[in-house]
Amino acid sequence: MGSLFRSEEMTLCQLFLQSEAAYACVSELGELGLVQFRDLNPDVNAFQRKFVNEVRRCDEMERKLRYLEKEIRKDGIPMLEIPGECPEAPQPREMIDLEATFEKLENELREVNQNAEALKRNYLELTELKHILRKTQVFFDEHEGGANITTESMTRALISDDPNNHMGQVQLGYRDKQESLEFLPCFVAGVILRERIPAFERMLWRACRGNVFLRQAEIDTPLEDPSSSDQVYKSVFIIFFQGDQLKTRVKKICEGFRATLYPCPEAPADRREMAMGVMTRIEDLNTVLGQTQDHRHRVLVAAAKNIRNWFVKVRKIKAIYHTLNLFNLDVTQKCLIAECWVPALDMETIQLALRRGTERSGSSVPPILNRMETLEDPPTYNRNNKFTIAFQNLIYAYGVATYREVNPAPYTIITFPFLFAVMFGDLGHGALMAIFGFWMCYKEKPLQAKKIDSEIWNIFFGGRYIILLMGLFSMYTGLIYNDIFSKSLNIFGSSWRNNYNISTLETNKLLQLNPDSWDYLQAPYPFGIDPVWQLAEANKIIFMNAYKMKISIIIGVFHMLFGVCMSLWNHLYFKRRISIYVEFIPQIIFLTVLFFYMVLLMFMKWTFYGATIDHFGSQEPDIVKSSGFCAPSILITFINMMLFKTDENPRTQCDPTMYPGQIGLQKFFVLVALVCVPVMLFGKPYFIMQERKKRALQGLQPLAENAENGTAGGAPVPTSHHQDEEISEVFIHQAIHTIEYVLGSISHTASYLRLWALSLAHAQLAEVAWNMLLRKGLKSAGYEGGVFLYVVFAGWAAISVSILVLMEGLSAFLHTLRLHWVEFQSKFYAGEGYLFQPFSFEVILDSAGQAEE
Amino acid sequence: MVCKLCGPKLSLCGLVLSVWGVIQLTLMGVFYHIRAVALLEDLPLEEGHHDIDHFIANVEYGYTTNAQNCWIAALLYLVTLVVSGHQFWMNNRSSVSM
Repeated sequence: MGSLFRSEEMTLCQLFLQSEAAYACVSELGELGLVQFRDLNPDVNAFQRKFVNEVRRCDEMERKLRYLEKEIRKDGIPMLEIPGECPEAPQPREMIDLEATFEKLENELREVNQNAEALKRNYLELTELKHILRKTQVFFDEHEGGANITTESMTRALISDDPNNHMGQVQLGYRDKQESLEFLPCFVAGVILRERIPAFERMLWRACRGNVFLRQAEIDTPLEDPSSSDQVYKSVFIIFFQGDQLKTRVKKICEGFRATLYPCPEAPADRREMAMGVMTRIEDLNTVLGQTQDHRHRVLVAAAKNIRNWFVKVRKIKAIYHTLNLFNLDVTQKCLIAECWVPALDMETIQLALRRGTERSGSSVPPILNRMETLEDPPTYNRNNKFTIAFQNLIYAYGVATYREVNPAPYTIITFPFLFAVMFGDLGHGALMAIFGFWMCYKEKPLQAKKIDSEIWNIFFGGRYIILLMGLFSMYTGLIYNDIFSKSLNIFGSSWRNNYNISTLETNKLLQLNPDSWDYLQAPYPFGIDPVWQLAEANKIIFMNAYKMKISIIIGVFHMLFGVCMSLWNHLYFKRRISIYVEFIPQIIFLTVLFFYMVLLMFMKWTFYGATIDHFGSQEPDIVKSSGFCAPSILITFINMMLFKTDENPRTQCDPTMYPGQIGLQKFFVLVALVCVPVMLFGKPYFIMQERKKRALQGLQPLAENAENGTAGGAPVPTSHHQDEEISEVFIHQAIHTIEYVLGSISHTASYLRLWALSLAHAQLAEVAWNMLLRKGLKSAGYEGGVFLYVVFAGWAAISVSILVLMEGLSAFLHTLRLHWVEFQSKFYAGEGYLFQPFSFEVILDSAGQAEE
Repeated sequence: MVCKLCGPKLSLCGLVLSVWGVIQLTLMGVFYHIRAVALLEDLPLEEGHHDIDHFIANVEYGYTTNAQNCWIAALLYLVTLVVSGHQFWMNNRSSVSM
């Protein structure tokens, strides 16, 4: 099992596969997911590769499957998820079977669909006709009842309107059966979309100058449009007019409005007969349609059972041929040559998989897996589980580790939630976050199976372990800060007592509790901040600021020192001995004598100065010197140290320094730090120059020779090695590096003050939320106050979650991320590697499934 | 059966809020009942006392009423919990049956 400390050791291997066995072997490797193949013919066009035909066939199959899937979705048939395991990649000869199956299914489905559409169109027409016959019957019935009146009024209108149309009367003889319908003009009947009726009517009126008579009736039931299968509402209309000219005009308009016209016999008997015919035909069609639907359904249900399986199979085949395209063909065409990166520890497993593949294909020649020497940088591969992967991704977001470099992820697992919690310290908010994180971890499997698409949810869910840990750590720091929704918990009993008498209490608005007296029990509160500070309105913030600022700097300096120490492991591993002497040692000295010394001063201040029991308020010189009155400012001391300056202490009773010899020691420290700078700046270039001179004297270049011998099989030789760089470039590089470190350690130390700043902001915001909302509810007197509290609490809870937990949490998260990326990782992490992306069916199927949705 | 009043999201929100409300307000009631000093600033006090006894009586009264108020609010949240829990159950059941 590989460790998380470094990435796995990788080997470049050459793989000789017999052509017949290649497919089965690659399929086994895909199941394993531990091999990254390299493209051996990068300059060959995608269309000129060997297996391009197979890939194309797979594409075609996938298209057919997608079509099937769409049809299945349309019918709302549930598609079975693969129970248990995925099917293995099928044999190449099975591909033909699959192709045939899909071809058959697709054709069948297309045919069924075509038939169904034709039938539906037919059905629609017949239904429309049925409606026309039924509705027009009503018109005609009305008509015959009051026939004379209507016609007369119509003819009169026609005559008075347009004298030219006098001929209209004559044209009544247009139809043969005119005897029976003497006064009826000609008519057309049809069906039109309901929303087009008003426009249609107006158009008819205008185009025919009012010489037509339109009757319409709505069809109550919606009809299905066969091409789009939408439900549409339509109306039946019937237009009466006279004359051929009008007839063509009316027909044109009908055409323009996409109305369908149907022949409608004039004689009632004919109509009845026709209606009967239509009814029987509709019934016949209904049975046929039902059968077609049944057939389609049967086909689709059968397909739905297998479709997921088929998708997996086809995608696997495609992936295999895609991989085979990356291989080189041997001269004899008998075997394929592949180059791949494999984790050194997994060679055995891979050999085993290859043997399995050969057996399956029935080939006799075993595949050969050859280690190759190379100077190329191997890919970075860290074995992660579901817990560590979230933290590893935070690191990868900055940059993938250089091969075999120290991986910051294992430390990030603790430092990340901790630094977050320092900024987010509140027991209540931490608990909310922890509960949310715990719920996501507890319900992991069902939530994962749900496959929720929302991006924000996926971010939260991916970081569920980070959220859980951040919540738990925040609860801890909340206890330390003694903050729960900006109130404090008095668990162990405060160490402060009120010793004022009643008259003093009655007359003063603000009173101070003196730590240099029995107001303070002289034994600290056992855990975290004393709860009484929550009530100290006058100096709570001042006290907390001093405490939190110091804590931030202490944490920051230790974090950075730890980062610098990590670089030692890198130097040792990469055998950069010079770097240890001229980089690591001066760096750690620089940081220690300046900033670690400052941290020591803080601890000194905390321990040296304070009240002496039994000598409260004493004016004896010894007591005064160790009292809080004489405690120096650490910041001023540090600034003076850097400037070689000594301020006159205005408090004459006190010592000028914290301990004897402080000034001299500090001067020495600063000088040592200053000496470190040129060592860092010129040390490495100097040694490189020395080495080059030595090599020039010996007159050989062993490095170049090695490269020639070691590179086999045409692996490109990388040209990156600092020995070959220009010496001026080495200088520039080193200068940048040094300046970055020296200035960086100052600015980075200051940067850790963000821990204090955000923590202060969070505490203050929480207090504002409490005071502005919940206090209003609590301060309302009487029993109705309870109801008011009920309402106010909801508002306060909403503000707490949205602003204090979500927004503040996000900002604290980002600041923590920055502290890790910039302040911590800049000390040792290059992040110049590239990720190991093994050929794995799992990954391919996952991404294909995601792209689908 | 009672009809559905709110959707799945609102009922879930009500559920979470009322669980939180019940827990926190009950605890706060307990803290007021035991006269926690940290909650002193949130009492409904009259302005301008000159008499310490009067002040103490006032504070005592404030603690008692606030404890009761907290418990009243907690009770109201208990009602909300029952209602939204029922709604949530209804929503879940209907979505399953669909």
